[in-house]
Amino acid sequence: MPKSNHAIPLAEIHPGEEVVVREFRAGRAVGSRLASLGLTPGVRVNMTQNYGRGPLIVTVRGTRVALGRGEAAKIIVERGADE
Amino acid sequence: MSDCHDTPVQTDSRLSVKDVNAPLIALAGQPNMGKSTLFNLLTGLNQHVGNWPGKTVERREGHFNLDGRTFRLVDLPGTYSLTANSPEEVIAREFILCEQPSVVVAVVSAANLERSLYLVAELAALDAPLVVALNMMDVAAQEGLHVEPQVLEAALGLPVVPMTASRAEGVRELLGVVQEVLNGKRTLGPRPPEVRADHREVLEKIEGLVAAYVPAPYPQSWVALKLLEGDTEVARTMQAALPSEIWESVQAVLRQHDDAFLAVASGRYEWIGRMLRAAVTRPRIGQIGLTERLDRWAAHPLWGLFILAGILGLVFGLTFTLGTPLQKWLDGQIVVPLAGLAAEGLAGAPSWLRGLVSNGLIGGVGSVLTFLPILVVFFAAFALLEDVGYMARAAYVMDNLMHLMGLHGKSFLPLFLGFGCNVPAIMGTRVIDSRPARLLTILIAPLVPCTARMAVVAFIAPAFFGANAIWVSWGLVLLSLLALISSGGLLNRVIFKGQRSAFIMEMPLYHIPNARTIALLVWQRSLSFVKKAGTTILAMSLLVWVLSYLPDGNLNTSFLARFGHFIEPVGRWMGLDWRLTVALLASFPAKENAIATLGVLFGNSHKAGLAGTLAASFSTASALSFLVVTMLFIPCMATVAVTKQETNSWGWTLLSVFLLLAISVAAGAGVYHLAVLLGL
Repeated sequence: MPKSNHAIPLAEIHPGEEVVVREFRAGRAVGSRLASLGLTPGVRVNMTQNYGRGPLIVTVRGTRVALGRGEAAKIIVERGADE
Repeated sequence: MSDCHDTPVQTDSRLSVKDVNAPLIALAGQPNMGKSTLFNLLTGLNQHVGNWPGKTVERREGHFNLDGRTFRLVDLPGTYSLTANSPEEVIAREFILCEQPSVVVAVVSAANLERSLYLVAELAALDAPLVVALNMMDVAAQEGLHVEPQVLEAALGLPVVPMTASRAEGVRELLGVVQEVLNGKRTLGPRPPEVRADHREVLEKIEGLVAAYVPAPYPQSWVALKLLEGDTEVARTMQAALPSEIWESVQAVLRQHDDAFLAVASGRYEWIGRMLRAAVTRPRIGQIGLTERLDRWAAHPLWGLFILAGILGLVFGLTFTLGTPLQKWLDGQIVVPLAGLAAEGLAGAPSWLRGLVSNGLIGGVGSVLTFLPILVVFFAAFALLEDVGYMARAAYVMDNLMHLMGLHGKSFLPLFLGFGCNVPAIMGTRVIDSRPARLLTILIAPLVPCTARMAVVAFIAPAFFGANAIWVSWGLVLLSLLALISSGGLLNRVIFKGQRSAFIMEMPLYHIPNARTIALLVWQRSLSFVKKAGTTILAMSLLVWVLSYLPDGNLNTSFLARFGHFIEPVGRWMGLDWRLTVALLASFPAKENAIATLGVLFGNSHKAGLAGTLAASFSTASALSFLVVTMLFIPCMATVAVTKQETNSWGWTLLSVFLLLAISVAAGAGVYHLAVLLGL
């Protein structure tokens, strides 16, 4: 199992895993666009596709959202957080 | 946010005067919610596509009649939110605040309520009369979702009408509710969301500070909320409206809460969560949807590329097998006889008039218009892929490759459209959110070989290369794409300093295409091409013809020929004589003019004969060079015109022209000398 369950970039999450968004390390412009597509701190995100390179797809609030790897690296998530 | 006077509602000139007093209805909604389907259903061909004043954002307006009453309908740009993230979002909210439509219909998807209600949460804060169109009830049912419209209605405090726009179900009911709201028979009591509890105090503080200074149409609570969200447009307006010391205190408060936009967004999703718990029963998630199964292949980093290549091949195959015979038929059966007929009819007229009409007018514009069937087939294929939801996957799998140029996947879509015609490609760059990425895409888009250039290749390559023509054609396409990628990469480093914009894109569910939506898209794109042919291309064809006629009616001594001789030294680098050089220049009004011009220059407009004459007159190296330069030469006139329109700058437009001129001359010279070395 991975080293830590806290503060992992979304880009490192494996397909099929469900995680909770903790914070954005991107500017407000990107953060605001992510929020309008449903990515806000506290939301559960399911990793739908991630091949380790290139863009990835997450499912959040019933919507499939494609993210560039750079963007996904700036979204900090937490594993196995059962709130 | 700007002053309301900046965005006057421009009434479509084709609507009659009485319609100006007709009730104005605005359609708002996020992308992929079926908003356009609903708009097309209501207006049909009674719609007009233009631009929002001063913006390169498409504006669609139309009208429809119901029970003897005319309604005006404006389709607001599809946006996920109403924060100033993009020009579309500013346009949508300014329209609602300033033009105050009688009713705003918010289109949401029953199959994806959680996300689509986000825009409703924003709209509810604008104090506009709101009706919710709960679309895609069929998709929700398929996915086993049970949505209760009347519960949602009670929870929202807004009328909610269930419907399935793709099957025209529920439209009557929607219009009925709109009528009731117009006649004051429905009282609306929206309960807009609040910000997350930990930020309510700071919001009140800001509202207290700005309260007395908010300019006319803007609700003060909304202005305070937008300031808290860090909205740049609202901040600019309020900076101008507020005394500087108050603006300073507002700034001080905002600086302490620079992540407040997340509290605002979370507040909206909490509000949405309450609505959903009341109105939606969700089944246990277990089965894998169709979209997910298809995406395992279509969005796979390797298979996805193969599928994309296959689809591209199919589209081009279809375009040329269906479109090319039609193009030839139109040219042979309509344009040539028409030109002959005109020449006969004008037998008594002076010879310059005869030439102007039959060669300049009918020959020039007519031959451009014969490309319409090819474009219609291509546009239809593109619109189908768009409507099915595939284009988002194409963008996704191309993301890696586009990174080579500092672009991301979204830029691939307009470039793909460029294979049909560069004009819609440049207009299609509107999907790209950041201006640097958009400008870069506009600069490289003309390097995508369009159908007109492929037509020149299809005519000349067989004359010189016989059975190998197909490989030469593929080589030319690959060369163009190579030029595109390398110049894109270079420009990104030199001009745009390696900037990258964020790739954040919704992957819509696949769905059954809607024939009406596709037909209207094809109609609109074709219409704009015909309009171009009727105006700019017409003017340039006439100009080229006049230059080839003056001063004494002999082409070989005309101004055009003199100019050709003048710049022949440049042509020589590329192995082109003055006639090939003139043919290149004549391809500026429209790429396929190159062939027509060669026909005129060799006094042999019969095409079969021309191919033979050309093969006898030029070396293979010169022919190859001519083909390479034709592929990469300066964009056609219509493309230049639309580049100016979309960049709103002569600087970028000229850069685009010089960039392609430099690339084509360099590539032409390189290929020519290489070919000579190889003994061709």
